[in-house]
Amino acid sequence: MVNTSTPLKAEAKNLNFYYSNGHLALKSVSMPIYENKITALIGPSGCGKSTFLRCFNRMHDLYPGNKYDGQIVMHPDNTNILADGVDPIEVRMRISMVFQKPNPFPKTIFENVAYGLRVRDEKNNRVVADKVEEALKGASLWNEVKDRLNDLAFNLSGGQQQRLCIARALATDPEIMLFDEPTSALDPIATANIEELMNELRGKLTILVVTHNMQQAARISDYTAYMYLGEMMEYGDTDTIFTRPVRKETEDYITGKFG
Amino acid sequence: MQAQDTQSNKKASVLADLEAVRSMIRRHKFNDLVFASIGLVALMIGLLTLLTLFIDLVMDGYPRFNMQFFSDFPSRRAGSAGLLSAWVGSVLVMAVTFLAAVPVGVAAGLYLEEYAPKNWFSDLIEINVSNLAGVPSIIYGLLALGLFVYGLDLGQSILTAGLTLGLLILPTVIVSTREAIRGIPVAIREAAYAVGATKWQVVSDHVVKYSQGGILTGVIIGMSRAIGETAPIITIGALTFIAFLPPSPVTDVAPYLNFEWLSSGFTVLPIQMFNWLSRPDHAFHINAAATGAIIILVTLLMNGTAIYLRYKIRKNIKW
Repeated sequence: MVNTSTPLKAEAKNLNFYYSNGHLALKSVSMPIYENKITALIGPSGCGKSTFLRCFNRMHDLYPGNKYDGQIVMHPDNTNILADGVDPIEVRMRISMVFQKPNPFPKTIFENVAYGLRVRDEKNNRVVADKVEEALKGASLWNEVKDRLNDLAFNLSGGQQQRLCIARALATDPEIMLFDEPTSALDPIATANIEELMNELRGKLTILVVTHNMQQAARISDYTAYMYLGEMMEYGDTDTIFTRPVRKETEDYITGKFG
Repeated sequence: MQAQDTQSNKKASVLADLEAVRSMIRRHKFNDLVFASIGLVALMIGLLTLLTLFIDLVMDGYPRFNMQFFSDFPSRRAGSAGLLSAWVGSVLVMAVTFLAAVPVGVAAGLYLEEYAPKNWFSDLIEINVSNLAGVPSIIYGLLALGLFVYGLDLGQSILTAGLTLGLLILPTVIVSTREAIRGIPVAIREAAYAVGATKWQVVSDHVVKYSQGGILTGVIIGMSRAIGETAPIITIGALTFIAFLPPSPVTDVAPYLNFEWLSSGFTVLPIQMFNWLSRPDHAFHINAAATGAIIILVTLLMNGTAIYLRYKIRKNIKW
């Protein structure tokens, strides 16, 4: 079932996660993330898919009292990014994230994309400008904004703002990009644009995407994981999960019998 | 026949119901009218009182509204007494207040909001900061007399007055800084952290910039309170009759700055007003009224500036 010719980029091993109120949100989750593939996380609301995603860039560390137990190992360096000695900032430098709602900074379009480079102390303006252009092209936004890079990002439409956020995440050449329901706040046309964009990134970038939309998972992902109540119920390549799921619960969810 | 009857009965009852509903709506809407009237009266009590006061001051002080009034020193003769030393004193004291309160207040607010661990101790501090805003200003005056005048030997100077008023508005600055910071959505913070920013980068590149409007508003509102404060300034021993100006802060020889003014004696607008008011001669009361009107105008101007700046800065930030 699992492809062995594709190299692993990361691997979750027996990951438990406790919120500060003691709630156990992830129960011994294990899952491979393959390099330059798109892995989708699906499941009903509250199943822990976003919680799982946010472990990958240690977002939970921003709020006191949250606790990880288990490992997420990055390849090829075999770093357990959840280890106490690993700085969350180092992890976020390697793994970038696109959020559910577009969240551009109240700055110019250019400065939004350049911000990741600024925090990496990139002082060379030529390099910054090139990277910004490259990232905006990568996010299919360049043609729409190239004449107004110094406009405020808030003047863009919702879909453009989300692509700007993707450009911001791309600009720092991340090893993995996380997408947390990137289209749930967008209209169908903007959603189609983002999906097309993700398809273009396929093969160039390792992507982990949470979606509440099963058709979306089926359309864009190479691998799919179905989560329920904090547990990994089933993981496999997307075709198998959607056509011949092993577990009855997965089939029920995918066919819309519950969820 | 039977069926038709039922039909018309139904129609009649629907109409009757509708009539009942309409009268109910009328009854309910009457309450709108009642409350709107009470609210308007309540608003007018406050507004008209202030307006009457202001108009009264302007009418009383009218004869003194001329340039002479601003360029003359106080005098024994009411007609030639002016505000020069008072308004210059107010401006200099406010400058010290601003320079003292803003960095300290903003730093404290930022620390409390961004860095301080959230526990019972920070809760205690929070309650105390809010309480400080309500401490009577004369208490600050007594504190300043002990600390600045006698303890640190700063004298009855502009520096002492500025620092005292700075302390007085510090809670306002801290509270408004914290509120402005809290207005920044979590999503924006997370966006900054997600690209690998440290806490200080998030604070300096984002938090401070996006909360400027709110902080500035709080500072100006605090200053507009401070400019009219009389009690703490009297307590630390401001002079009431000053016929000289402090040394100028700017000089024509290098390094062009001069800090002697900080230790100079001074008076401020509300004290000058108080002084004139306490004289038996009615002619001085005209001066006092004119000064009162000016203080109200300055306060109004400062609050107006605060509203304008908030609008201008917030215009580009929508969340």
